[in-house]
Amino acid sequence: MTELEAGRAQALTPVRGGAALHRYRDVLIALIAFAVLASLPLFTGSKALLDFVIRCSAYGLFATSLNLLVGYTGLTSFGHGMFFGLGAYSFGLIMQKLGVPIPVAFVATLAITAMVAAIIGAICVRLKEIYFAFVTLAFQMLIHSTILSWASFTGGDQGLRGGIPRPAFLGIDLANHVHLYIASCALLILGLLAMRQIAQSPFGYTLRMIRDNAARASFLGIDVWRAKLTVFVLAALFASMGGMVMALFVSGAYPEFAYWTISGEGIFINMLGGVSTFLGPMVGTVLLLLLNDTVTRFTEYHGIVLGVVILFFALGLRKGLLDFVAEWFARRRDAGEGRHA
Amino acid sequence: MLEIRNLAKSFGGVKATNDVSLDFADGSLTAVIGPNGAGKSTFFNLITGALRPDSGQVLLDGVDLAGLSPPEIVRHGIGRAFQVASIFRSLTVQETMLAAVSADQRSSAVLHKRFPLAETRDRAEHVMELLGLAGKRNRIAATLSHGDQKLLDIALALVLEPKVLLLDEPTAGMGPEERWRMIDKVRELWETQKITVVFIEHDMDIVFKIAPEIVVLCYGRILATGTPDEIRNNSAVIDAYLGTEHAGAAA
Repeated sequence: MTELEAGRAQALTPVRGGAALHRYRDVLIALIAFAVLASLPLFTGSKALLDFVIRCSAYGLFATSLNLLVGYTGLTSFGHGMFFGLGAYSFGLIMQKLGVPIPVAFVATLAITAMVAAIIGAICVRLKEIYFAFVTLAFQMLIHSTILSWASFTGGDQGLRGGIPRPAFLGIDLANHVHLYIASCALLILGLLAMRQIAQSPFGYTLRMIRDNAARASFLGIDVWRAKLTVFVLAALFASMGGMVMALFVSGAYPEFAYWTISGEGIFINMLGGVSTFLGPMVGTVLLLLLNDTVTRFTEYHGIVLGVVILFFALGLRKGLLDFVAEWFARRRDAGEGRHA
Repeated sequence: MLEIRNLAKSFGGVKATNDVSLDFADGSLTAVIGPNGAGKSTFFNLITGALRPDSGQVLLDGVDLAGLSPPEIVRHGIGRAFQVASIFRSLTVQETMLAAVSADQRSSAVLHKRFPLAETRDRAEHVMELLGLAGKRNRIAATLSHGDQKLLDIALALVLEPKVLLLDEPTAGMGPEERWRMIDKVRELWETQKITVVFIEHDMDIVFKIAPEIVVLCYGRILATGTPDEIRNNSAVIDAYLGTEHAGAAA
């Protein structure tokens, strides 16, 4: 065997059949994660801990979906939070006004989100970089203002009050705290698994090509605009799912869910956790919520503390936490290989 | 056959491409030369759809492609590589090739399967072997040497199995030895792949040595076309471009 052939054989084995294997590995990890999360109520009666996981589910879905845009496609949206708010409000309103079963409201909300995202996306994804960021921000403010001013429908600045009805379905009673907890975990895991599939599909690699070099991608026959619009809508769906989990959790919807600071927190989470690994935003979510919960307990100047933390990540590490860890492992592995060679 | 008919493009008052008509026979190898600002890159941009022509036709096997978008033109079979290597910096060589084949097989929007698709492997493998990139398959594109990045750029165009391959200065930014290696590669590709190749080149020694056909552009117009000998002895070319030194050297 020549050196070239040897290199080829060694490189080919992991690739062949590897794609299917990776998929099973991801499903396995998801199942284990779900089993661990779902068994948590057996070991602890702490309502605060379960609440924390539910909030992580809502924000985690939102932040990971934002990373599909920021990290994988290079579309830095400053208005992604609008779909979080849209999900919460659509779901809450459908449940309050129509009284349909929860799964129906869930699917209807996703359909509404897809439509709205397709319209807004069609306008935004033609724009480059900072213009894209600003116009998405403008749409976010538009939706927020609409919620505030259309008080007869949305409750204005009071939000959707009076609670969201949570009728039991298929033996699942989301008014029950543990049921709600399990359902949130299930949505999180399913959502992450679906987004992981998107990221590792041929479409996911199309997104990476667009991020790296959109002009070259179009010279390979890729319709860049259509791919960007598709991922914009897909990401909106998962953000909307996050919004629904939040609405179920607080049994209501508030204008803050649609305010630009939600988008800001999404970006913040991505910077904390890192955008070059799939689970970076999930790590960021846990970090941010932990920081939020602990720091607000000790000082009213929590904004300053969070600011210092983000400066540390941006200027000190120059990347998110999981990016940093991943690179450290890669360097160690390379160094190890260098020594053996 | 690629036929260019009365192609024209102006920027403001400058006629970057002025009534250019050319035929490129199937399986031909043609060099496009000309002084800086002669409109060589504009000419390529018009053919590949990066720029929209003001008027004229780009006929590939009789189908007019003028005014179509780059993805459409690529799908008709005109591939290109760029003067500055245009690659996907964060992908490995192998991923780049596999993703490009995916794009060509119209599976770049597939969501429910895992990358890479089995049917993309053979073509990706073939082109990596062809360009000598197989041994560097797991390297991230950004970490490749300048020459390998140019090869990867050409591989990207080639893996789409184009009828016509346009190479914008394949030797740009290379040292003398690397230049010859690259141009030998180009010639080898042309000979083995039986495709129409058009390339832009500044180095006259290279052009006269390897190109059977030469097109000279000057101020957006065709100054001359012909074999190396015809071009070398063409008085208009000598006046405008080559200067007397080359004419003397050829004599």
